[in-house]
Amino acid sequence: MTKIADNKITKNLLSSELKKMITLDNGFIYSDPEFLYELCKELKQNELTQYNYLKSISAVDYIEYFELVCHLDSMIYNTSIVIKTKIYGRNNLSVKSLTSLWKGAELQEREIWDLMGIYFDGHPNMKRILLWEGFKGHPLRKDFLK
Amino acid sequence: MSVNNELVTVNFGPQHPSMHGVFRMRVTLDGETIVDIEPVFGYLHRGTEKLTEERTYVQIVTLTDRLDYVASMSNNLAYVSAVEKLCSIEVPKRAKYIRVIVAELQRIASHLMATGFLLQDLGTFGTPLMYCFREREKILDLFEILCGARITLSYMRPGGIFQDTPNEFWSELETFMDNIPGQINELESLITGNEIVLSRTRNIGVLSPEDVINGSLSGPMLRASRVKWDLRKANAYEIYDELDFEIPIGATGDTFDRYLVRVKEMKESIKIINQCAKLIKPGPVRNEDVPLVIRAPENEAYAAVEGPKGELGFYLVSDGGISPYRCKIRAPSFMNLTLLKEMAIGGKIGDLIVNFGSIDIVLGEVDR
Repeated sequence: MTKIADNKITKNLLSSELKKMITLDNGFIYSDPEFLYELCKELKQNELTQYNYLKSISAVDYIEYFELVCHLDSMIYNTSIVIKTKIYGRNNLSVKSLTSLWKGAELQEREIWDLMGIYFDGHPNMKRILLWEGFKGHPLRKDFLK
Repeated sequence: MSVNNELVTVNFGPQHPSMHGVFRMRVTLDGETIVDIEPVFGYLHRGTEKLTEERTYVQIVTLTDRLDYVASMSNNLAYVSAVEKLCSIEVPKRAKYIRVIVAELQRIASHLMATGFLLQDLGTFGTPLMYCFREREKILDLFEILCGARITLSYMRPGGIFQDTPNEFWSELETFMDNIPGQINELESLITGNEIVLSRTRNIGVLSPEDVINGSLSGPMLRASRVKWDLRKANAYEIYDELDFEIPIGATGDTFDRYLVRVKEMKESIKIINQCAKLIKPGPVRNEDVPLVIRAPENEAYAAVEGPKGELGFYLVSDGGISPYRCKIRAPSFMNLTLLKEMAIGGKIGDLIVNFGSIDIVLGEVDR
C-alpha cells in the first residue's frame, strides 16, 4: 500500500531555510507560492524523500484565495504527499512553473491557466489548452458568468 | 538544379481517420521527417469538471461514463472510490469482487480496442480489428446482462453496485472465460511474430524509464518502459491484495513493447477474473446506510485506480454540501500525451500515426 508520508518527519528532512517557509496544517504541507518550486525541488532531490512522480496538480477556487494542490508520489519508497499553496487575489496571479522538475506538469499547468487563470512563469508553452485563444474568462472560477 | 528544402506544415485532424476521435496535430515536416509537432486539444471539451459542481454525488456517476467511453467501468470505479474515501463509506465484500471482475473485463475490452486500432493504424485493414471487436462484443453482452447498458454503464454507486448479478451472468461469464484465452492467443499469433508488424513497431517511439516517470505517464506506457509500477500492486485497492497476478513490463519501451504489455495484461486480467469468480461468496452488494443524496463532510480526498490507460484519479473537495465543491479528474489519456513530442520528433511521418496509436487515447477523457 502507498504510505501517506508523515509531514512532521518530512519537514525535519528539509533544510532550515525551507523549514521556515512551510507550515503544517490539517495534514497537509502549506508553502508560500514563491517557495513552491524550491520545496518541490528539495522533495524531489532529497535522498530520503525522492518524490519523483507528479500525480496531479489541481487548482481550487476558495473565492478569497486559490489553492494549488500537488499530489506527489515516490516510486522508490512508495509514499505519497500533498503540497498546497495559497494564492491570494483574483487578477494577475502567477507561480513559478514546475515543468523543469517534472515534464508531466506541462499540460496540467496549461489547463490550470485555461480554466482557473493562474499563470505559470517559465512554462515553455503557456497557452490556453481546452478552450480557444480569445476566450474571455476562466470557466472553473466560482464567479464565472455571475 | 537547386533543391527546395522548405519546411511544410501539415494539419492532421480534428477529422481524420487515424486520429482516434477529434484530436488535432499541427506537424512541421522537413521532407518526411518530423521537425515539430503541436497537439491541439479541446474539440470534445464538455466541461465535465464544472458540471460536477452542480450535481449530486450519485448523479456524477453518469458523467464519468462519458469520460473514457470505452472503459466506463473503470471510470465508475475510480469515481466511487473517491467518494467512498471522502465520506468513509464501507463497501461489502461481494461488491468489491464484482467490481474487480467488471473492471478487469473492461480492461480486456479496452486493450482489445487499443490493439485493434493500433493494427488498423499500421495498415492491416479490417481483419485484426474485427477479431478484437468480436471479443469485445461478448464483454459488452456480459455488461448488458448486468445492467442493461453496453457502453455508458453507470453500474457502480458509492457503497457498492446498484444491483446484484442475475444468475445467467455467471454461466455466461464462464463460457466467455473458457474461450477468451484461445482467442487472445489466436490474435497474438497473427501479430507478435509478424515481420511487418515488427519492422514497423520495433525501436519506434522509444521512451526511457526516466522520461516516462518525469513525464507523469502511467499505465501500459509506463510499464512498457521497464517501470514496474501498477496501482493494483503499489496501492492495492479493493481486493487486489488477495489476488495473485503479475505486472508485465516491456524490454525497450518502444511501440511494440506497448502492444505486448497490453496483450500480457489481458492474460493477467483473465487470471484475476478466474480467481475472483472462485472466491466470491453470496452477500449484500450495496451499503444500505448510504443515502441517495450524499452530504459529504467538509474534507477532500484523492483516489486513483489503475484504469486500462493508466492512473485514473479523482480529486474531490467538499464544502459539506450535496455536490462536490471541486472535482478534478486526473485523466490518464491526457497525461500520456505529454511525451508525444519526444516520441515523434526526428521520426518519419508514417511512424507518427503508429506512435500515436500506441498511446491509446480516448478523446472523451483528454478533453473532458
